[in-house]
Amino acid sequence: MTALTLTNVNKSFGKVHVLKDINIEIEEGEFVVFVGPSGCGKSTLLRVIAGLEDASSGEIRIGDDVVNMTPPSKRGIAMVFQSYALYPHLNVRKNMSLALKQEKQPKDVIDARVAEASRMLNLEEYLDRFPSELSGGQRQRVAIGRAIVRQPKIFLFDEPLSNLDAALRMNTRIEIAGLHAQLGTSMVYVTHDQTEAMTLADKIVVLRDGRVEQIGSPMELYNNPANQFVAGFLGSPAMNFFPAGLVTEGDDRTMGVRPEDLYLADDGALSVHVSHVEKLGGDTNVIAKLGDQQITARLFGQHDIAEGQSLSLGFDADNAYFFSPEGARI
Amino acid sequence: MNQARTNPLNTAAMHGALILYTLIALFPVFVILINSFKTRKAIFREPLAMPDADSFSMIGYQTVMKQGDFFLYFQNSMIVTVASLFFVLLFGAMAAFALSEYRFKGNTLMGLYLALGIMIPIRIGTVAILEMMVATGLVNSLWALILVYTAQGLPLAVFILSEFMRQVSDDLKNAGRIDGLSEYTIFFKLVLPLVRPAMATVAVFNMIPIWNDLWFPLILAPAEETKTLTLGSQVFIGQFVTDWNAVLSALSMAILPVLVLYVIFSRQLIRGITSGAVK
Ligand SMILES: Nc1ncnc2c1ncn2[C@@H]1O[C@H](COP(=O)(O)OP(=O)(O)OP(=O)(O)O)[C@@H](O)[C@H]1O
Ligand SMILES: [Mg+2]
Repeated sequence: MTALTLTNVNKSFGKVHVLKDINIEIEEGEFVVFVGPSGCGKSTLLRVIAGLEDASSGEIRIGDDVVNMTPPSKRGIAMVFQSYALYPHLNVRKNMSLALKQEKQPKDVIDARVAEASRMLNLEEYLDRFPSELSGGQRQRVAIGRAIVRQPKIFLFDEPLSNLDAALRMNTRIEIAGLHAQLGTSMVYVTHDQTEAMTLADKIVVLRDGRVEQIGSPMELYNNPANQFVAGFLGSPAMNFFPAGLVTEGDDRTMGVRPEDLYLADDGALSVHVSHVEKLGGDTNVIAKLGDQQITARLFGQHDIAEGQSLSLGFDADNAYFFSPEGARI
Repeated sequence: MNQARTNPLNTAAMHGALILYTLIALFPVFVILINSFKTRKAIFREPLAMPDADSFSMIGYQTVMKQGDFFLYFQNSMIVTVASLFFVLLFGAMAAFALSEYRFKGNTLMGLYLALGIMIPIRIGTVAILEMMVATGLVNSLWALILVYTAQGLPLAVFILSEFMRQVSDDLKNAGRIDGLSEYTIFFKLVLPLVRPAMATVAVFNMIPIWNDLWFPLILAPAEETKTLTLGSQVFIGQFVTDWNAVLSALSMAILPVLVLYVIFSRQLIRGITSGAVK
């Protein structure tokens, strides 16, 4: 069964057309990640789904109901914000129970749900504290707890981890994945961190300038990008692009090869000048110039490569992608 | 950056400047206070001397208590000031919330229109206001004053408060909407507490001119039972003879309530400033 269906959704702020003909279907229990560069409309799309913004046109369906005219609190969604957005004047317990009180749930139901959520998130000790007395990670867990107690049909996350430091981010990411496995509820997750996208998602939606560029599982997008934008956006370091003419005489297409598909070869197709070397222990990243193009190669293991030296890099023909000058995959 | 604050020389200079300013600002108040406890002769002989056994006298306070209904004037002033501040803050905050939170046609224009009042002194409209008050039968009632002062305070209140409300996190308001809070609850429970320092600022700015105003009480509510303190004190200032003891005593007593109100609001002000800075 589909949990959420967006049909031809458009959103304009005055003259600014932010979302353009968005069509997305999300299945029951699916974890969907929206990625895209800053300003492409991810947050706006999430807010349209939540009902915080009205769509200019198009249909939003949650379960079987068209919810275009339904206020946010009645849509069966819960949202977790980047800035946590906890109520500063309420303690953790009241922060979590406020929505249920508004729904006029009986007290024993509220207590049971808050207890359950705080057990899941290890928040039991902090129930009587105020948000200002919590660390960033704890605040974010409270924000997630506030979403869980509502038992929504869909969770919406807007860059929930971007205010946390690296170590905490990884832990919380694993917690969110665990939560999804435990609850089995559909989740929509906005990020521009592609590690989060690749590791969490059942399905990734790549957005650019308010348009959907491609929808698919992480491996589908990685192995079979629809166009140059998606190919360059997913994967780290990003895919290398250079004129195919450098390899085959007279070819006017753009060629793309992932850094991890390049290897050292005595008679490789690409002769480059090394401009920088990053030794990470397990991997070595070589940043080099191919003519005036910058090329990154990710070599497995440790290599003795010096800056300024010349290098010959090869790749398998299977691993090369070709794009038209307009960026479409050929 | 912190060096400027910790350097003892700078600290001394800073405190010196502040103390000097405080002395200058408090000096007139001080002179009024000491002279209110002196005999008439002593006031004129040595205005700057402290009252001693010889010159000490409560005659001014006695006159004030006897003549006119001083406590009624006092009460009138209090009612007018507190009610005006209440309405200025309530309506100002509501208008500011609408202007900063909702997108509607003419939003900017409305904001400009409301801000225009900052530049136009309300006294220009005195004649029209008087005509209106006569037509509505509000002359010689405290409502006349409350309405005028509310109108006078609103432009600046809307301007300052809408600037502050724009800075309140959108996420917080949206979290409230998703949790099913009404717009009123969001306004009163989430937004107002966060702009409390701005509200205190607006209150302080408005309080003193309202309390001290002579113009509108004189024109709109000169009747005995609606006289304010400032207007009431005028009975002691005659064209030929002025009862300085009484005037100074009345003024001394008039300072007290404003001082109390100011302390209440400035607490909020300081709390707001430091809570933002320390975080
Ligand atoms: N209230 C608004 N009025 C006018 N334009 C807006 C409004 N909200 C967003 N926009 C515009 O819509 C576009 C998309 O904004 P949005 O916040 O959805 O981007 P985003 O993909 O979430 O970016 P980020 O990754 O930086 O959060 C931006 O160009 C922004 O300027
Ligand atoms: Mg965003």
